[in-house]
Amino acid sequence: MSFEEIKTMIVNKFGEEIIVGEETTGLQPALLVDPDRIVDVCLELKNNPQTYFDFLSCLSGVDYGTEENRFGVVYHLASIPYQTRLTLKISKENSRDESNLPSFPSISSVYQAADWHEREAYEMTGIYFEGHPDLRRLLLPDDWEGFPLRKDYTTVDKYYKGIKID
Amino acid sequence: MNITNSKYEEALARYAKKIAVAATEEMVLNMGPQHPSTHGVLRLELITDGEIVKEVIPHIGYLHRCFEKHAESLSYQQTIPFTDRMDYLASMNNSHVWVMGVEKMLGIDKDIPKRVEYIRVLVCELNRIASHLIAIGTYGIDIGAFTPFLWCFRDREHIMGMLEWASGSRMLYNYIWVGGLFYDLPVGFEERCREFVNYFRPKLDELNGLLTNNQIFIQRTANVGVLPLDVAINYGCSGPMLRGSGLKWDLRRIDGYSAYPEIDFEIPVGKGEMGTLGDCWDRYKVRIDEIEQSLRIIEQCLDRLQKELKRTPDFDPRALMPKKLTPKPQDYYVRGEGAKGELGFYFIHQKKKEYDKEGKERFLDTEIPYRVKSRGPSFCNLSVLPAISKGVMIADLIAIIGSIDFVLGEVDR
Repeated sequence: MSFEEIKTMIVNKFGEEIIVGEETTGLQPALLVDPDRIVDVCLELKNNPQTYFDFLSCLSGVDYGTEENRFGVVYHLASIPYQTRLTLKISKENSRDESNLPSFPSISSVYQAADWHEREAYEMTGIYFEGHPDLRRLLLPDDWEGFPLRKDYTTVDKYYKGIKID
Repeated sequence: MNITNSKYEEALARYAKKIAVAATEEMVLNMGPQHPSTHGVLRLELITDGEIVKEVIPHIGYLHRCFEKHAESLSYQQTIPFTDRMDYLASMNNSHVWVMGVEKMLGIDKDIPKRVEYIRVLVCELNRIASHLIAIGTYGIDIGAFTPFLWCFRDREHIMGMLEWASGSRMLYNYIWVGGLFYDLPVGFEERCREFVNYFRPKLDELNGLLTNNQIFIQRTANVGVLPLDVAINYGCSGPMLRGSGLKWDLRRIDGYSAYPEIDFEIPVGKGEMGTLGDCWDRYKVRIDEIEQSLRIIEQCLDRLQKELKRTPDFDPRALMPKKLTPKPQDYYVRGEGAKGELGFYFIHQKKKEYDKEGKERFLDTEIPYRVKSRGPSFCNLSVLPAISKGVMIADLIAIIGSIDFVLGEVDR
């Protein structure tokens, strides 16, 4: 199925408002999806025999900069039977307040592969995934402060647990 | 800054409670980070009942260097040595995928000379053999066979020597550059490489006799750690892990990048010869078969490099290198078959925003990516471990870990 056909299929199934935009200028076209419905879209793309996107290649949390204050998640899906690929994007604005992280639904119930990817996105960019079974930090220590891959992240500390940072 | 929402600590509290309960009811056992069978600095927290493993909780990140943060502050060319350090047993494959992505974004991927492409494939396949030899050798040692380890390292040393000759470094090569190569192959490399292939073929048969068909080894690995195909796909496993479960899925064929479409090779898959489809032995066997196929690829590359793509005095592998690596603003996800599976890089490239003296904003070309996400094959392959090691014996867990063949440099990045 081509990109346009997939788009039409999703619109027919869930209605117009689920697709909030598309990016077709680059090498890989991307669908911008309503953040709250991402689980439905992924489940449909995975189970529909015409698309069958059964493989989650990559999931990236992205901070789109301090001026826009927008956070997003990018999903790269692949279909093994059809050998096709698809990019989905969701994003939302957030004030960068640490007690109110940007929050998106977790797709780990659809793709188990998303489990660790979401944990990594959570600790690195500070994106909370609603409904994730075990959203602990993955690569960083449990007491790490701040989110390293945010664009406003700075290390002001001279010491980390008594060890001098050169 | 310290106002946090209790919701964010919930999972950690739940985990701490689980461990506290398990510590009284069952036994909590830490395997690693210094355990030799965890192949690096991986810590596995095992909840055990006698010798049965009830649950495995992997703790990773001991080797975390935040590759993605580095990549956000260095130019595309400067990041190549950092990609080498991800999967340090197959550095060539990493830099090849990275370079392919950058070339595609720059739009010069079709202009790369054939000789350069063939040299890239040649060194990548040599490196793949080296990586698989480590996987096989250390797997033997995990199971209790010491000799295969020494034999594998002996043969790997030849590859290391050759790649050092080409690039100047034993493990972290920085050899494949955007638009070309660091240098052409040294004079006499092709002949030496052919000599190695002829030397190595019989050694592989010896290795098969020693380990692959060894009854003790088969009993330790067959029917252990069975990974069903649907679970493998759902967890995003790739490479020998996925092929061991019986699916012909190799990105060298599917995407057909670089010189691979012109090369004839087979994709070995697990068949469940010794037990169930997708067990540890199948994954091991896929690697053995892949070495054979890599040797075939190397021979075909050498044929062409010595005949129609012969070295000419005026050939410059750096001729096509752009002076500045400034792609158009775009997103691009590149994937390629590393030694362990699907290696991917997701680039977001944007123009750099600056303010001039009058305070007007302007957008400048930049050589630095806005965001890079790397998808390491070992990362996803390791994440399936808790799912396939429920209710196994502790000794079998070692066999499962070894058959996954992860490199912590890539899991942690």
